[in-house]
Amino acid sequence: MPVRFAVDYLRYVLKGGAAFYAWMGVLAVLIAGMLYVYWLQNTEGLIVTGLTSQIHDGLYLANLVFLVGVAAGAVTIVFPAYVYHHEGMHKVTVLGEMLAISAVIMVMMFVFAHMGRPDRLWHMIPVIGIYSFSSMLGWDVLVLNGYLFLNVVVGFWFLYSKYTGVPVNRRVFMPLVYVSIVWALSIHTVTAFLLAVNPARPMWFHSMMPIRFIATAFAAGPALIVVAFLLIRRTTRFWIDDSAIRLLATIVTWCLGIALFLTLSEIVIEFYSRTEHANGLYYLMFGLHGLTGLVPWFWSAVVLMVAAFVLLLTPAVRADVKRLPIPCLMAFAGIWIEKGMGLIVPGFIPSPIGEVTEYHPTFVEVLMTLGIWAFGFFILTILLKGAIGVLLGEVRSGAHPAPAAPIAAPAVH
Amino acid sequence: MTREATPPADACGAPGPADAVPPASADPSKAYRKRTRREFLRSGGMLSLSSLMGTAALMVPEGDAKAATEWAEHFQKNYRLMTPQEKAEARLRLERRHSAEYGKKVTVDTTDAQPGVLMGYALNVRKCIGCRRCVKACVEENNQSRGERPGERIEWIQVLRMERGEFKREKMDQGYPEGLGIQVGGNAYTPAGTVLEGQYHYAPEAVPEKDATYMPIACMQCEKPPCVKVCPVRTTYREADGPVVIDYNWCIGCRMCMGACPYWARRMNVTSPVLPKDQMNPVTHYLGNRPRMRGVVEKCHWCLQRTRHGRYPACVEVCPVGARKFGNLLDPDSEVSKVLERKNVFRLKAELNTFPKFFYFYD
Repeated sequence: MPVRFAVDYLRYVLKGGAAFYAWMGVLAVLIAGMLYVYWLQNTEGLIVTGLTSQIHDGLYLANLVFLVGVAAGAVTIVFPAYVYHHEGMHKVTVLGEMLAISAVIMVMMFVFAHMGRPDRLWHMIPVIGIYSFSSMLGWDVLVLNGYLFLNVVVGFWFLYSKYTGVPVNRRVFMPLVYVSIVWALSIHTVTAFLLAVNPARPMWFHSMMPIRFIATAFAAGPALIVVAFLLIRRTTRFWIDDSAIRLLATIVTWCLGIALFLTLSEIVIEFYSRTEHANGLYYLMFGLHGLTGLVPWFWSAVVLMVAAFVLLLTPAVRADVKRLPIPCLMAFAGIWIEKGMGLIVPGFIPSPIGEVTEYHPTFVEVLMTLGIWAFGFFILTILLKGAIGVLLGEVRSGAHPAPAAPIAAPAVH
Repeated sequence: MTREATPPADACGAPGPADAVPPASADPSKAYRKRTRREFLRSGGMLSLSSLMGTAALMVPEGDAKAATEWAEHFQKNYRLMTPQEKAEARLRLERRHSAEYGKKVTVDTTDAQPGVLMGYALNVRKCIGCRRCVKACVEENNQSRGERPGERIEWIQVLRMERGEFKREKMDQGYPEGLGIQVGGNAYTPAGTVLEGQYHYAPEAVPEKDATYMPIACMQCEKPPCVKVCPVRTTYREADGPVVIDYNWCIGCRMCMGACPYWARRMNVTSPVLPKDQMNPVTHYLGNRPRMRGVVEKCHWCLQRTRHGRYPACVEVCPVGARKFGNLLDPDSEVSKVLERKNVFRLKAELNTFPKFFYFYD
């Protein structure tokens, strides 16, 4: 039966029109590019990237951190659905779980891209390698794998029960859901710890980072989900209730507000005394010793986030599904800058001995990043399309023998 | 200059083990001599056995040996978990591969920490003249990468040049440059980035310069090393005699240790190290100066290949003004113990509780 489910699921996904195949084709090209630069990076070494011994984490770690937040953001659907029994959310919970799965897969790929010796990653696996409980990276990999596992189980169990018509065993299912809610917080907390526990990097060394990460995650994650939901409403016959979208928009608004407040607090506290520990932030905001590489990025992030917040506060925009994607995309982009490059890179500027250098991502890094995002969207498209088929009842056990459509069938019905 | 100081290739690998030769001068030797006769015989025996195997390895055709050993290296355990047998095999593989690669007999020492030894280092900041002979000697001794492209040139020691006269009377009256705080005026201090932090890219015609003081830094070999705590695979760890070492074959290149180090002591091999055959130092230690590979992190290890055999680190040996002192912290008569006892001593960034075994002092 599970095999039948997988086959029906995939068959449904493979049926698609020209637009679907064009989308997947573009993604596939980027994925191919990523594979090439990955090969390059693992034959030539990290010298093909812009990373140095001074600034040894860049675009890859930035995207990793950001995407952990997107994965955790899926809980903004799961939590109202199962804890507050929100009707509209309950129908679409599984879509959030699919987003979480794709985001965690992207995170894993960024881990591979980041490593100097990915061929040795098995050294981290307990029994055959050494697992270190004192290392935050070890914990991060552990909680991320756990989160992936939980979301795969909860998401696909739910879909499978829809497929077969046999309801889930709630005694096992519900505890898993509750664990996954807490677990979502843990993945982002541990990612914050990964950076914040280093007194060698004063810019990161503050206890506000975990809550700030969660606030930005719960703004960026649902912002992406809102856009995805509106796209789904447009392109498929699956209807997502306005109530769900409205609740997500509210969550984005207030989490974005909290994130802005925390950013402002950091700026005030760092710059009131203006010690050397504020150099990283100063570099980010104004530049240091004439190097200003991140300054335009930082201010564009501020503009994007503040404007998105103002727009979202305006009821006319927040309630209008046509205009809602604009502030959502702005918030998403703003947070991507602020929490990605805007957080990782200034942590290394100046270096612990005071050296001020800059980081310029190379083409290899850009292509790798694009390729990993493309791979994530590739997986996400497959997961969402199949899940929607199940929710619509078009992928259903025995109802009607799955249409033996040729692979390049022209359109969805 | 250091080349002459380097012992002949077979000094520590030849059947007559190096510890039979009276150690030159470093203090760890004193504790070293205290070992029991049994330990002495055992390690001597193992040394000569593995050097025999190393010689045998040289007779294997080059290409095949290289491929086979590289393949086996992928599956070896973390060094600390290896049995003596596995250590001997790992050592043999490396000796075979490096000998083939560099066209000369390369020895890979696996001498363990000696009981009763805790290595320590003291540097006289007043004496240092900023000549950077230590930097050069270190690169030559420890087989660092010395290429031309950015990232191919690795130095473990940085000599920071500090401007003298930051606290001159004329400057005291100037306040500080605007743009560095909300308050303007008041106490005098210079812009962040020049007082506590020095510049190591300097090229004077002669040293010492009149208007500069120098502050050499390298790995502080902390007693509570932040880098060790963050390593997800425990490939970097503190050896029993003090230095923090790396098993280069187990490192996954995640660079968490580099982010955790407050002294910027660690370097990344962003590509395969550039190490010309004729410049390669063939006397190596497994946890020390053996050639590294692409994608792993490296750092100072107090020349384990020398200090475990009672010799000074290369930087101590080469220092023309005697600013660098090295020895056994557990031996009250060692130079470094005497420095700690009698001089004004401080640790760098002591507030971080890393407890370096690298001390600074002044007369």
